Amino acid sequence: MSDTSINIVIGGAAGQGLATVGTLMAKAMTRAGYHILVNQKYMSRVRGGHNTFTIRMGPDPVVSITDDIDILVALDAETLELHKDDLREDGLVIHGDDIDSAGFNALRIPFKDLASKPLFYNIVALGVLGGAACQDSAIFETLLSETFSKKGDAVVEANVDVIRKSFEWVKEQKVSFSCIASAKESNTDRLMLNGNEAIALGALAAGCNFLSFYPMSPSTSVADTLITKGRGLGLKYEQVEDEIAAMNMAIGASYAGAKSIVTTSGGGFALMVEGISLAGVSETPIVTIIVQRPGPATGMATRTEQGDLNLVLYAGHGEFPRAIFAPGNVEECFYLTHRAFDLAEEYQTPMFILSDQFLADSYADVEMFDLDTLPETTKPLLKTESEPYKRYELTEDGVSPRMIPGYSETLVRADSHEHDEMAAVTEDGANRVLQNSKRLSKESGLIQDVIGPDHYGEEKPDVLLMCWGTSLGACLEAADTYEGKSIAVLHFKQVYPLREEQFMDYLEAAGEVVAVEGNATGQFAKFVAQETGFRVGSYILRFDGRPLSPQYVLKGLNSII
Amino acid sequence: MVSIEQYGEFETSWCPGCGNFSIVKSLKKALTELDLAPHEVMVSAGIGQAAKTPHYMNCHMFNGLHGRSLPVAQGMKMANPEMTVICESGDGCSYGEGGNHFLAAIRRNLDITLLVHNNQIYGLTKGQASPTTVRGMVTKTQPDGAPSEGFNPITVAVAMKAGFVARAFSGEPDHLVETIKAAVNHKGFSLVDILQPCVSFNKVNTFAWYKERSYILEGHDTRDWCGAMEKADEFDEKIPLGIIYQNGRQPFSNVGQLATQSYNKDDLKAVLQSYR
Repeated sequence: MSDTSINIVIGGAAGQGLATVGTLMAKAMTRAGYHILVNQKYMSRVRGGHNTFTIRMGPDPVVSITDDIDILVALDAETLELHKDDLREDGLVIHGDDIDSAGFNALRIPFKDLASKPLFYNIVALGVLGGAACQDSAIFETLLSETFSKKGDAVVEANVDVIRKSFEWVKEQKVSFSCIASAKESNTDRLMLNGNEAIALGALAAGCNFLSFYPMSPSTSVADTLITKGRGLGLKYEQVEDEIAAMNMAIGASYAGAKSIVTTSGGGFALMVEGISLAGVSETPIVTIIVQRPGPATGMATRTEQGDLNLVLYAGHGEFPRAIFAPGNVEECFYLTHRAFDLAEEYQTPMFILSDQFLADSYADVEMFDLDTLPETTKPLLKTESEPYKRYELTEDGVSPRMIPGYSETLVRADSHEHDEMAAVTEDGANRVLQNSKRLSKESGLIQDVIGPDHYGEEKPDVLLMCWGTSLGACLEAADTYEGKSIAVLHFKQVYPLREEQFMDYLEAAGEVVAVEGNATGQFAKFVAQETGFRVGSYILRFDGRPLSPQYVLKGLNSII
Repeated sequence: MVSIEQYGEFETSWCPGCGNFSIVKSLKKALTELDLAPHEVMVSAGIGQAAKTPHYMNCHMFNGLHGRSLPVAQGMKMANPEMTVICESGDGCSYGEGGNHFLAAIRRNLDITLLVHNNQIYGLTKGQASPTTVRGMVTKTQPDGAPSEGFNPITVAVAMKAGFVARAFSGEPDHLVETIKAAVNHKGFSLVDILQPCVSFNKVNTFAWYKERSYILEGHDTRDWCGAMEKADEFDEKIPLGIIYQNGRQPFSNVGQLATQSYNKDDLKAVLQSYR
């Protein structure tokens, strides 16, 4: 399939407002009917440094980011210097007066002529970018009107005036840049949101009504979104003193009947691990969102990595069941989070969503989520007929009836010690075996509910790219563009537990299996080997803090094949 | 009318003569006198001898981790504000392992009651220094004497202007009952630090030691912060018992009956529409 997309990179220092320009551009293009995919790279600082906001857009679905640049909006000189090598031959550079772009196909913006004050320079850049991308100013005008409506008519008019002028200015310029193909549809019901927002919305759609968290990049916008969008619905929330409190408070709330969520990144999650074990033994539902960044320890706060799979697989002392989901795109963030809530209540055990900075900040256009067709989530009991009520009743499937305290006269008792059916502490060996086995037997239900990996391409390919979570897009595009050999992709969006019959045939049928992961050790491939005995032939691994791109995967493939 | 029998009688694993017996009995009595039935009370406990309390009384119970009873208790209250929520733990759990939660709970001011069984020693792990052990006390793991100053929870709580700060003594059960009742009735976070002899591992702060020094405050103005700080700091030759300090701070209000709450689908749809 020929590439119909263009890739726009907006670069500058923190504090220059490039995310504002980028987000407005992405939203306008979504409204115009284009498919978009955003990649944000930024440094862990509030001012200065070098940040980029990249929008890949086209009339056809965009599955992956890319390294090649069609339009480079350079808000500072460093941007041009750093990215000139990625510019395509006919690529366009848009920049201000203070940058020397001799030798480039460039459009120099006279900011001072187009805006009365620096406050509006972002809007000028947006208008010039929109104009250079051959778009119509009307969509931008409407968007700005909505964006600034709360600030009053005068602000709206000033912004609309600037954008109009900027579009007109571009028309007068001689720009040698071929226009992007028109959008195929003008579907006004598409949403534009990023991975973290989709996780928050998926949680709300599942009825999540309790959040306790401690801010940590790159997870914080999940909490931000939950609070901004959920408080009007009835969500109760608290930013607490530390991650240990976040986990334990969420468990307390869940015991008392809330649908609890905890949001964090690897370092914060490390602090929560004892609480995960508590949720396991007390059989308290809890959904934990871990948005990964490179570790160890503080690592790189605003960069991406798939390095915490091992941590989440084994988090918590003792043995208890869990499930781990790893969305591959924005849409999956929504649906998998919803599912995690359902399973947390059904199996009364911890559930995890493993995302990362790349997907967290990656805006995409998605079809409106259909709330009416979402499955109803499992509900706990508010009262029981069977007396005495046994919170930890031994059952065939290991699931005991979970009752919420406070809605009848029946007492609900939960315990972190090994306990008997009534939650009384006991060190009796036979009881220990019964209770521990009861908890672990929930795994047989969880196995039945596993979402198998998605397989793309030929069933017997020369090469099968095995990936999980956010490396999906890069693998799909690399497989699609590689010439000479057939490449297929096997993508796991649930990484634990694994159900062999869902994927072993694919692994065995491929000429060679290559693991593609955003970490240094191929954690998932090694886990697959441990569970199934199947060892991949080779690895394509990225751990420089940047997301996997198709180009990176292709380069890896070329060195392997 | 609630009767104390509803709270039940249980066999315990405490040493004979332990101050905990009096505390659990006083707690049952206080709740009974407040006309609260077991199903109206949620107890969150940590780990330690004191944290076994909810196992020895009928009530809703979540017995969690060492040091983490306060976050659990606050989560409970946020999810069901109609319940009386009591947090039960010792000095190690509340002031050591859970020290950060103690400070945050005072600031947050959720309407819960923290009862700390303060015996100035680690009992469950058999006799190491706790945060409230006095400096210099010799233990097996502090053979040269506990090197750190003892933590005074009352001064810290008063300094932070906690809404309700009291000290009681397991050897003054009638006073303890009244203090617990006042703490539960207080709207907001209430702390009752309960002095309690550990008959097995604390040979310094014995029943006689506490009995000799403690006295019930009379005529003390609990709203006078400066006077309260003075009383809070008194912990040597004399130890005052009673409500040391209280104020009318607004309790934390971001709470709701979450088990019975569900979202309106149209409201949810409107949220999704905001991403168009």
